[in-house]
Amino acid sequence: MNQIIKFTIDDVECVATKGQYIIDAARENGIFIASLCNYPGVKPKGSCRVCSVKVNGRLMTACTTPVSQGMAIENHTDELNELRKKIIELFFVEGNHFCPSCEKGGTCELQALAYRFKIMSPRYPYFFPQREVDATNPKLIKDQNRCILCKRCIRAIHDEKGRTIFAYKRRSNRVEISIDPKLGRELTDEVALKAMDVCPVGALLIREKGFDTPIGERKYDKNPIGSDIEHLQIPYSKTKSNE
Amino acid sequence: MKSFTQKVIDKYNRDKTRLMDILISIQSEFGYISQESVSQIAHELHMSEVDVEQTISFYHFFSMKPTGKFSIYLNNSVVANMMGRKEVAETFEEEVGIKFGNITADGLIGLYDTACIGMNDQEPAAIINNHIFTKLTPFRAKEIIRDIKEGKKVQDMFTASFGDGANRDDLVKSVVSNNIRKIGPILDPQYKIGDAIKKIIKLTPEEVITEIKSSNIRGRGGAGFPTGLKWEFCRNASDGIKYLLCNADEGEPGTFKDRVILTELPRLLFEGMVIAGYAIGAVEGILYIRHEYKYLEEYLENILKVAREKNYLGIDIMGKKGFNFDIRIQFGAGAYVCGEESALIESAEGKRGEPRDRPPFPVEKGYLDQPTVVNNVETLCAAVKVMLHGGEWYRSFGTPESTGTKLLSVSGDCRFPGVYEVEWGFSVNSILDMVGAVPRNVQAVQVGGPSGSLIGSNDFDRILGYEDLATGGSLIIFDKTRDLLSDVVLNFTEFFIDESCGSCSTCRILPSILKNKLEKILDARGVKNDIAEMEEWGKILKASRCGLGQTAANPILTSIKNFRHLYEDKIQKTKDFDSGFDLWRAVKEGCEVTGRVPNI
Repeated sequence: MNQIIKFTIDDVECVATKGQYIIDAARENGIFIASLCNYPGVKPKGSCRVCSVKVNGRLMTACTTPVSQGMAIENHTDELNELRKKIIELFFVEGNHFCPSCEKGGTCELQALAYRFKIMSPRYPYFFPQREVDATNPKLIKDQNRCILCKRCIRAIHDEKGRTIFAYKRRSNRVEISIDPKLGRELTDEVALKAMDVCPVGALLIREKGFDTPIGERKYDKNPIGSDIEHLQIPYSKTKSNE
Repeated sequence: MKSFTQKVIDKYNRDKTRLMDILISIQSEFGYISQESVSQIAHELHMSEVDVEQTISFYHFFSMKPTGKFSIYLNNSVVANMMGRKEVAETFEEEVGIKFGNITADGLIGLYDTACIGMNDQEPAAIINNHIFTKLTPFRAKEIIRDIKEGKKVQDMFTASFGDGANRDDLVKSVVSNNIRKIGPILDPQYKIGDAIKKIIKLTPEEVITEIKSSNIRGRGGAGFPTGLKWEFCRNASDGIKYLLCNADEGEPGTFKDRVILTELPRLLFEGMVIAGYAIGAVEGILYIRHEYKYLEEYLENILKVAREKNYLGIDIMGKKGFNFDIRIQFGAGAYVCGEESALIESAEGKRGEPRDRPPFPVEKGYLDQPTVVNNVETLCAAVKVMLHGGEWYRSFGTPESTGTKLLSVSGDCRFPGVYEVEWGFSVNSILDMVGAVPRNVQAVQVGGPSGSLIGSNDFDRILGYEDLATGGSLIIFDKTRDLLSDVVLNFTEFFIDESCGSCSTCRILPSILKNKLEKILDARGVKNDIAEMEEWGKILKASRCGLGQTAANPILTSIKNFRHLYEDKIQKTKDFDSGFDLWRAVKEGCEVTGRVPNI
């Protein structure tokens, strides 16, 4: 049987199954921890650093750290929210993110987090890098301008033999995502759609298709990111963190 | 090329986790890894091509384009520049007729920059086809290029004499010098392999761990985790095959003491690995060595061979039934971050050297997801001495919190750069005296390499030790003629940018932002707020996954802390804001071409 353990997030008592990652345990307790690289059902990687929380005074990523009995987690503090805001702003200056012309507008998690964290304009100077759009794949367009290198596509999409179809290329600030030319040619419509869906931003788009859902009726147009989690009916927690 | 590639793939049993070895073999043979080879490897190893390419493109010494029959990798770290790298580089460019980063049209010579190659006490230095050339001068650069053009082999291009000690060994034959300046218990040449093994096989592994714990020795790579505790965690980890990895990837600019141990005392190191293997219950040890030290490969392999023949390695070691342990050497391919233990594990598994998320720690889930201990070269050497003379004896050296001795790699502006073994607790001042630097002429000391601190004379009475200035042993001395910001801090910041694995957002993006700020200040366009912002933003790096990311702003942050006046002298006093954009300069070239004067 799964062992149930108790822990706290910002002094709110929570329960979880032993071994659950903090971010998942928090979600089940109605507490939203912002993240960009984490995706349900996909092995976490801790690459965006947005979900940083404090455990025993140390910064840990909530998506990769399992909860343990009696753990005291800081999440919704001014210090951590400011840190996350600064990290989210990094993505905006690193790439070229032109929300008004992006197919993912309204469903983009980066954009949604920017609204949630009330980012008006990043405090760092923009890099305005030269980035390529790769349209060689028959099913997908890869726009490196928008990629935040979260590795979701790398971790989520494999062929039937377990080979990765997406991969990092190079290192440091020259990293980009590449699509395998051979395996990429065999992509089914279903897998291509999955790739677009796991991408938190508009870096992977299905070719010759767009704006099925009109602007204004999209996922984050009406309710901010995380609000679905915070409106869960929580059976066992006493209060919610931001009430 | 196809049959060679196939032979290499077969040699490593089509094992994906040996991808590094496969790629190193192909790169060494052809000077690059062709798209054709990539397809072949991907096919045989059941990987996708982009998966193979993501490993290739991670490492500095792998290339998918030809790098020349002779690839010259000239160090561009701080001390190389201080010792006259610029003139050497210019000579190379003139003689070869190409700029760095390029290859000649006939494919004969390629010129490349590379980060610190572990020769800081004999710079400027370069690697040419895995051979090291030290103390280069423009004259020597001319000779080398002339020899190449005359068709000489690299090994025939050396001058008359080889370096000291084992650098003259028939299997090394290198011009590298050890420059051992002060010996202590670790570097003591009176050492006989096997004595410690004979002793420990009469003890239980638990007793060995108890002795190591009683010595209070802590990891010598810089992080300082108690070694005995690490061994105990691994020994007590749940079932699984256990591994011992030795970290000889010393990539911290200014560090070279492990190179000296590998050259002069490799048997001591291997004996330390045997002891650790015995203590944790491992049967396989991996010595992960940075690619820059590839010139020691044959020599080290031969010593392992002899050790096997003498039963210091292998089955039933020294007659102890059931005590089996062997060592293999794994080379890296040029990536500083692989010195981080979990990145080193990833790399030893044939992947990109990206640090892992912790928990789980390597002692629970390390190499091939099995319980693994990763120890620094020096730590393992010290363990041998602890087992020979006892933990109490070891504690008699150093301070209560930092027991034992430390090997220092000293370079920069001093008369006697080299390796010094000192007890912990030495002050920076006494080190400066020891190495022939005149304290009143010394402007700053970089303690612990770029990830450590840049300190000034106010801090010279501080001591080396985990309780004060913790260090992996790199000490670089700068005299008053050096421009700390442009020659040191900028170079180190660029180093961190290049060496980031690129996985964490913070470490991938922020150092470039800080570098741009620093350049803005050096360009005399900075304002007061720029300094404040660098300090403020630098803190964000603490949210990075590994030590590289967390310390990537240290060159800037510690220099602001200890040398604030250098920044303040360069900023504009009359302005509160400056975008850093100079319209005049931006349109200057266009104006010159058109002969117009802009109406700004």
